[in-house]
Order: sequence, then C-alpha cells, then structure tokens
Amino acid sequence: MRVAGKGVLDRSRSVPFRFDGVRYAGLEGDTLASALLANGVRLLGRSFKYHRPRGVLTAGSEEPNALVTVGRGGRQTPNTRATVQEIYEGLEARSQNAWPSLKYDLLSVNTLAAPFLGAGFYYKTFMWPKAFWEKLYEPAIRRAAGLGALSGLPDADRYERAYAFCDLLVIGAGPAGLMAALVAGRAGADVILADEDMRMGGRLLAETQQIEGRSGQVWAGEVLAELAAMENVRLMTRTTVAGAYDQGTFAALERVGHHRARAEGQPLECFWRIVAKRSVLAAGALERPIAFADNDRPGIMMAGAVRAYLNRWGVCPGRAVTVFANNDDAHRTARDLVAAGVDVVAVIDSRAEAPGSDLFEVHRGAQVVGTSGRLGLEAITLRSAAGERRVETDCLAVSGGWNPSVHLSCHMNGRPTWREDIASFVPTPGAVPGMMAAGACNGAFSTLACLREGAEAARAALVELGRSVPPLDLPATEDEPYRLTPLWAVAGKGRAWLDFQNDVTVKDVRQAVAENYRSVEHMKRYTTQGMATDQGKSSNVTALAVLADATGRGIPETGTTSFRPPYSPIAIAALGAGGQGKGFAPERFTTSHKASRERGAPMIEAGLWYRPSTFPAPGEKSWRQSCDREVRMVRAAVGVCDVSTLGKIDIQGPDAGKFLDFVYANMFSTLKVGRVRYGLMLREDGTVMDDGTTARLGEHHFLMTTTTAAAGDVMRHLEFVSQGLRPDWDVRFTSVTEQWAQFAVAGPKSRALLNELLDAPLEAGDWPFMACGPVRVLGVAGRLFRISFSGEQAYELAVPARYGDSLFRALVARAEGLGGGAYGMEALNVLRLEKGFITHAEIHGRVTAYDIGMGRMVSAKKDCIGKTMSQRPGLMEADRERLVGLKPVGAVKLITSGAHLFAKGAEPVRENDQGYVTSAAYSPTVGHVVALGFLRRGPERLGEVVKMVDHLRAVETLCEVVDPVIFDPEGGRMRG
Amino acid sequence: MAELRANSPCAGALPLVIGSVMAREEDLGVITALLPYRGRETALSEALKAAHGMAFPAPNRATGKVGARAIWAGRDQALLLGPVPDPALCEHAALSDQSDGWAAVRLEGAGAEAVLARLVPVDLRAQVFKRGHTVRSQVQHMAGSITRVGERAFLILVFRSMAATLVHDLKTAMEAVAARG
Repeated sequence: MRVAGKGVLDRSRSVPFRFDGVRYAGLEGDTLASALLANGVRLLGRSFKYHRPRGVLTAGSEEPNALVTVGRGGRQTPNTRATVQEIYEGLEARSQNAWPSLKYDLLSVNTLAAPFLGAGFYYKTFMWPKAFWEKLYEPAIRRAAGLGALSGLPDADRYERAYAFCDLLVIGAGPAGLMAALVAGRAGADVILADEDMRMGGRLLAETQQIEGRSGQVWAGEVLAELAAMENVRLMTRTTVAGAYDQGTFAALERVGHHRARAEGQPLECFWRIVAKRSVLAAGALERPIAFADNDRPGIMMAGAVRAYLNRWGVCPGRAVTVFANNDDAHRTARDLVAAGVDVVAVIDSRAEAPGSDLFEVHRGAQVVGTSGRLGLEAITLRSAAGERRVETDCLAVSGGWNPSVHLSCHMNGRPTWREDIASFVPTPGAVPGMMAAGACNGAFSTLACLREGAEAARAALVELGRSVPPLDLPATEDEPYRLTPLWAVAGKGRAWLDFQNDVTVKDVRQAVAENYRSVEHMKRYTTQGMATDQGKSSNVTALAVLADATGRGIPETGTTSFRPPYSPIAIAALGAGGQGKGFAPERFTTSHKASRERGAPMIEAGLWYRPSTFPAPGEKSWRQSCDREVRMVRAAVGVCDVSTLGKIDIQGPDAGKFLDFVYANMFSTLKVGRVRYGLMLREDGTVMDDGTTARLGEHHFLMTTTTAAAGDVMRHLEFVSQGLRPDWDVRFTSVTEQWAQFAVAGPKSRALLNELLDAPLEAGDWPFMACGPVRVLGVAGRLFRISFSGEQAYELAVPARYGDSLFRALVARAEGLGGGAYGMEALNVLRLEKGFITHAEIHGRVTAYDIGMGRMVSAKKDCIGKTMSQRPGLMEADRERLVGLKPVGAVKLITSGAHLFAKGAEPVRENDQGYVTSAAYSPTVGHVVALGFLRRGPERLGEVVKMVDHLRAVETLCEVVDPVIFDPEGGRMRG
Repeated sequence: MAELRANSPCAGALPLVIGSVMAREEDLGVITALLPYRGRETALSEALKAAHGMAFPAPNRATGKVGARAIWAGRDQALLLGPVPDPALCEHAALSDQSDGWAAVRLEGAGAEAVLARLVPVDLRAQVFKRGHTVRSQVQHMAGSITRVGERAFLILVFRSMAATLVHDLKTAMEAVAARG
C-alpha cells in the first residue's frame, strides 16, 4: 500500500495497466513491481524448477523472481523484470511458468519431489533408458521448467544500433557517478553519464540521508540540472552498460520504447557501442540475502529494496515488517519505516553486539530459522538465546550485507579482489585499462565516501586526459561506518535458497561438494547456481561462501566464476539491430533492374547483386521454357544481357603492363592497344583464382574484367601485390565497376542491332574478334568490346551508368524487332556450357590451370604469381581430375551438378570415385543435357562411357566423356 | 533519332524530410578519381591548385569548396568533385572518370549527426569531425565516404548500385531519431 507523504513520484498522475488480465492503477514513475506492491499484489511468479510462489525480492535490475511477460504476439517480451519495467497506460503484463494459474499451479507438486530434483539431477535422473531422453524426459522438463516463452512470430518491433564517443564514460548515476560526471563536466571533458534506471540518482532516490542540508533526491536533481545544461555532457537514462571490451569500447543497451505505448518509427531498444578514452565504474552495490529455511516466500525482500519502495515510490510492501540482518545498514530500514508510521515488528540481528534502538525491538544474536504462509509470508520462526518462537509478520526485510557490482571490471578476464573487512569482492585496479572504480562498487559505502571517490576518479581521469583539474570541493553528508559480521547461511533443516531464479539451495551446494564437485566452476555447473538470466547477481558470493565453508577453504582461495558480458540480459534482436528485413545486407541493383522487373524477370542473388534469371514470355509456365527460348533466340537472332556486375578495374601507369604480366599467368604487356585478351589469374599457391578479359585502352591504360563473384577478392589481391610485393612499380588502379553499365549483345544479328544505335555503324570487317575501342551510342560516348561468352558473334557495349536504363530498353526493344530480346542468367549459363566456358563452378579454388586444360597459358617467358607453386609435381600429374564435357548416352538423360563419376562397371563407393560434375544444363541447341566435370585423366578418356551417380538425388546416368566444347568447336560463329 | 536519357542514382527516392533532418540527392558534376603516380604527390597538388584552386587532400581531409572539392578517398587517392579535370593533371596522376559510379546524398539538419551515429561507427561530432574532414568508413553495411560540408551538413557517397539501400538505411535512422523527439 502507499504510505502518505513518502515517495518522489507524481501522485496526481494515475496510470492504468493490467497484470494477468486484472486492471490496476499506479502512478507515473512506478515500476510494475512498485505499482503491484502498492496494490497489495505480492505473488508475481512461480519458480523455475519447483514452481514455488515468488514475489518481488529487489528493487533493481538484479531481480531474480519477479519476471513477467509483457505484450502479445510479435511484440511479446518474456522474462521482463517487474522491477525494471515502467508502467504506462496500456501496459499488459502476464505471469510466467504457471499452469493453470499463478495461484493454483499444478506443477507446484514438483516441490514435493525436491529430493529428486537436487544438484545434478539432470545428470543422474535421465541417464536411462537412453531412448527416453528425447521422447519423454526432455519434453517434460521443457514443459515443467522454464521461464517465459517467445511468441514464435517474427519480432514486430524495431531495434536500432548506434555509436557514441566521449572522453569519460561514467557508468552509474548514484552519488559517486553524479560526482564524477560533475567534476569532469565542469572541467570541460566530453562526458557520457549512463544509468540503467529511468531516473538518475541511484541510492540517493532510495535513502533519506541529507547532502548539504537537502534531501539526497533534491541534491541529485540539482546536479542533474547542472549536467543537463552542459553541452559537453550527455545523460543516458534507461541505459545499461552491459560489457567492457578492448580499446575503451563498451556495449550498452538503452530501453527506448519499453516504458511507453509504441510510436511509429520508434525503436524498442537501442544497442550502443560507446568508445571512451577513460571510464569511471560507479555501478553501486547489490544487497545479498541470507540463506535460511523457506527464505523464498513472497513478502521476503531485501532490506534496501524495502527502503527503496518506501522512500522512492511511497510503497510499503507489508503492514507489519520485520528486519533480519547482520549489519548496521539494515537498521535504517526499520528507522525509515517507523518514521513513515509503518509498524516494525522487530529487528533480528545475528550479531551479539548489534546496536539497539528506542524506536523498535532489537533481537541481538538472533536468527530467522523458518517461515510460513502459502502464497505469501504470514509468520517467521525466530531463534534466539531464549529459544524458538513464531512471530507474525507479512514482510521480512533481509540483509546479508552488500556486494559491490564488480562485473564490468572483470569483463576483460580480470578477477576481483577479496576484502575481508567488508566480506566482499572489489574490482582489481587496472583490470580494465582506463577504468577506475568509485563508490559502493569499490567497497566505499557511506555517501561521503561515494562522493569523494567519484570526484577523485574524475580528477585522475582528467589528469590522464591532459585537462586541468579543479580543486576538490565535497558536499557535506553522512559518513557512517559500514559494520557487519558475515552470516551466509543459517544452520538448520529445510531448504534455504541461494539462487532463487534457478532454485538452488544450500543443500545443493553441499551435495555437490559431497560428490566431489569442489571447484567453484564445477559446483556452478552441477547445481546450475548463477546460470539463470540474472547470472547469480544475488546469489554468487553467498554460494561461494557456502562452498568455501563446505570445502574448508577460504573465500579468496575458492575464487569466483567468470563474470561475462552482458551485465543484464540483452535480446538477440537488439544485438542484431538493423539486420531485420532489408537491413540484413545491402542490395546491389544494376541499371537495368527496373526494366527487368517490369518484364517480369525473377531475380537471383549473385553475391549482393540481383540479376534476372529469365525474361518469361506470355504463356511460358516454367523457367526451362523461357531459358530454352532465350538460348535459341541468341543462337538464331540476337540477345541482350546486362553484364555490368562483372568487376571492372581501371589500371594505369608506366608499369601497368609489367604489373599485369605479374598477376596474370599469361602475357599482357604485348597486347596491342585496342585489343582484348582472355586472362587467367593464379593464387600464390598455384590454383586458379579468377579469369576474365583485359582490354588495352592506351599505352599505359588497361581495363581488367573480373567475375562477379571475385571482383572484391581480385581488387584486394591487386592491392596486396601493388602495396606489398611490387611497391617499386608505378601502377595505379581503381574500381570502375559502378561507373559503367555494360550489356552483352550476342547472336548472328548482333551487329545489325548495334548498327541501329551506334552513331557510326560497323562494317563487316570492322571490330574483329577481340577488338575494343571508343564508340558513340545515340550521341553518348561509350566503349565497345568484341568479346563473347556465348560462342556467337557478340559484343559488349558500355555506357556511363546514368544511361544504363535507357540503353537497355533501347537495345531490348530493337532486339525484339530483329526476332531477339533480353536473356537472363539461366540462358547465359546454357550458352557458356555449350561452349565449354568455365565459371567459378569449375574454378572453385582447388583446380590448377593444368586441370582446366589451360596449362599452356602459364607463360614460360615470364614469372607470375603462382607459377612456381603450380609446377609442383603433384599438380602436374596426368592422373589428376581434369576438365571434360559429359553427355548422357543411356536411358537416363539427367546429369546433375555435384554428382560423382565412376568407371562404368565399378561400384559407386568412395574408393572408386573418379571425379565429379560441376555444371549441367539442358541444351536446346544439341537436344540433350550438357555438362562439365572433372574426371581422372579426363582428356585421355574421350569417348569412354562412365557412370554418374548422384547419391543425394538418387540419380544414376551413363555418360560419354566428350570434349568440353560441344557446340561450334572451331569457333567460326564467334569470330565470323 | 532516339536519345539516351540520364537517370540519377537516387531518382524517385529522394528527397526525404523526417523530423529535423533532410536527405537529398546531390549533383556533384564530374567526379574524377585522382591517383598520383609514384613521387608525384606534390607536383599533383601544385597542378591541382593551379587548375582548380585546391590542394591534394591529406588523409581524412577535404579541400576546396562547393562546386569544386577534392576529398581524400583512400591510400594515395582522392575524388575531384565538380570540374572537368584539367588535362595537365594527367602528367602527375592516373585519372579515372567516376561521375556515374557514386550515389551522392546530402544529409542536413539539427539531427544529422544523430542519424549518422546510427549508421557510421566513427566519431562524427562537430568538435571532432569538423568542416573539411572526411572519412572512408561503413554506412551500415556499405563501404562509403562521409564528409562534413557544413555546420549541420554531410556529404555521403556509396556505390551507385546500393543507392536504394542507402535511402532505406537513412530513412530508418531518420525515423528512429525523429521518433525520440
């Protein structure tokens, strides 16, 4: 219920929301947890394994119990911490892991089976019979145990990614962080202050101590107002710094849309990468529970959380509150409650020397040994020198002390340092380069110490940043000592919870030790302690202490498990922000894309490029019909195909010829100006890297063409050769792929088609095969290359890309007038297969020039990259698998790429493998399937019949080994 | 006789105005890649000054002004934006016409920095990335060039074929920035 006069939220703004279908009202500034507590709702969920009733434990992001599902359908977010989720009008949250309902959960019978579900139960229980695991155990466990579920629908929300940079990143905006930001901000440094809360101030919002005679909240508000007015300071609320990485890089998750109704274009979350020259870790501390029997009932909360709900949200989680602690700090909870008029039953302090009070009863040297209440706390059992007695109470505020939030300081493999005086780990200085810890996360627990450490960390950072350092001017505030005597687990029977989220108890840890899982890493995995979504924030140190006790070692010797990013859970959707839909990868469109789509061409992806597979004509029902028609069209008339995606590299300089001789296997320095030559490029290891044509445009000017797929690789290779191997050569090159729109015009009527567009028509003797040069096409300066990938008389016509769309339309329209038209990738593939031309299906990275029948292209007159290695004996053996053509000769006419080749009578097993098929397609020109493949001693076996077996598609075909060039082997059509 | 019609890379997709930011296509005129030959950087710079009024830019810098600008574009490489290159430059550098190779977008407005902070992993804040500064970096998944051309204005270049993706990515980021208000 709300407590009159308490809290720092706006009481005039009522906010309606729903939880499990019931309508409630909260206040603006409420979290779902504070609003439900204000409405008297204590039961928020069921536990992971035993389905125990659970309520709110904490008031922060460490919350292990109060997990809910927010939203529906594609906007459903499971495992949302009610202590982090802000309420807004229209918020709809549901409890998780309960069936049929939260109050009557049938699977709570699991709690009776507890003896069987203890440490290592997965490993012991489900060993046999083996077949039961997949069919019975796993589905049953998945149904019974588990957290919230995903909707199974595509995520309907947007996520974004962003980058930020600063001199100083301050992580956490409590007293230490505020002070650090203030000092650095006033000194003019670029500061980012990030805090996971909706409101900055940290514990100042939750406590009642004064700073400079004002409340902590007021002081924080003043500091924030000053920071907000500074141009060099950026305040990032609702932003969790989740990971620390190399070079001062931090990952942070900003909750942009979780606290309000969805708005158009607004992302739900933003995943930030922040690069900071220096950082101050001011992440505060997390209060740790004490383990005692049945310490997990709704109504049992952290003492600091009870203070936070009272002082910040004006909510008291119970009518009669009891405090159980081992330290002075928790006594504040009782004092604040009494001051607010709430009934405090007693403070139970395990220390004999605990301070007394005039305001409430203090039981010194006493402990809580048990609790009762079915769906929420009703009473506790108090054990003191006087014996055991039952105490009625509906809220127990527990404190076992505070654990500094060292997490980020350990993300680069650092281990924290144990401090005996506070019985806690603190960050090891230097664990993250450039990071300084300040305040509670560094083990400094008084407000004054936090302010001082924050200011000092900022001053140290300013010195390192080379900035002037202002004098230290600390506000006056409390500086109470932190007194505690460790108490980890209360002795006694019954289950005492350590890890609430994964249902791990003190017994489980002891059982693990009994079974010799004594190392902290083994204990963790055997019991699953610390492995839930909260990563053991509330349980790690206590579980360690219990382990240390059970093994007879000290806590520092026991050590910690590794703290890994993220600090708190991050949705995969946020990590992959920007990668949904069209954000997945860039789309590269040719200039003819629009015109091709208008003609109904289906697109296939070639790397990032989109290329038309066919141009279906009316009435054509399958791609094969279109493809066959396009092939015949090119052979009989003329076809037009966009080949702009091939890589084009402009190479210039006095040493350009020498350079090409070095990177190509064959000779280029002898090529005449105005001529084109086919070139083969080897990798350093002697295998074929790429092929293509290179034109000589001028004495010192070449234009290299690469395949579409290898354009980037070849460019990188040339850069490597130029920068790394021959920096002494004067050669310069740059990609001009994007500058030119280039179209293949192929077929017997290709010249006729061109002559309709060229300003100066071509005569029969002009432009012989492999000629190139400038032309004017419809008044525009372009380039013409007499090259052919189809075996027909063919040209490639290039114009600046701005004219690409227009030229493509003009070419296709005129081609249609000549009985031709556009053709796509399928026809292009058939045309080249009929001619035995290779693609990357053949030069797949494991074949040599020798294997593809181009061994003699490796020039004997000069050196080139890959030459020496290509001459290794193993690469020159006649026995190698070498390029051949294949045609079906048996009853089965199908050849499939990927199939393997065997001798006709041999059993088709691995030992008898003789080669494989790389490409195959039906040729309408010759009337059967044509294929290329690699066959052992292939060129020596022309005429032999071999057996093709495709084990995957269950195809077996007898094939005759033929020359790779099946159509027009003399090349008369191409040269004609 | 028919004529060839010219299309700009972002034709039909820009301009866009969302919130405080506008993206519009920029007609840069002639774009020429300048690649100085070995040991000719200084001579090229002098020739560039004489012909077009700007020095060859140092790494991550742009020289010149609106209408005639040179931006650094990589190792020993700059893009001359605007003028038809003086033939005298050919003596010192390889020149390559790239006028049609780039999609050029001007992003301008109070939120322009915030939009780019969602796409470019480089510090582009005014105090660090000043007028006359340029960088080759990623624009979301694309390789691009970003130059500050005004107090609140940037010139963004990506490959022409990726113009649609550039518009998509800019629009998404602009909407996200605008939605935050």
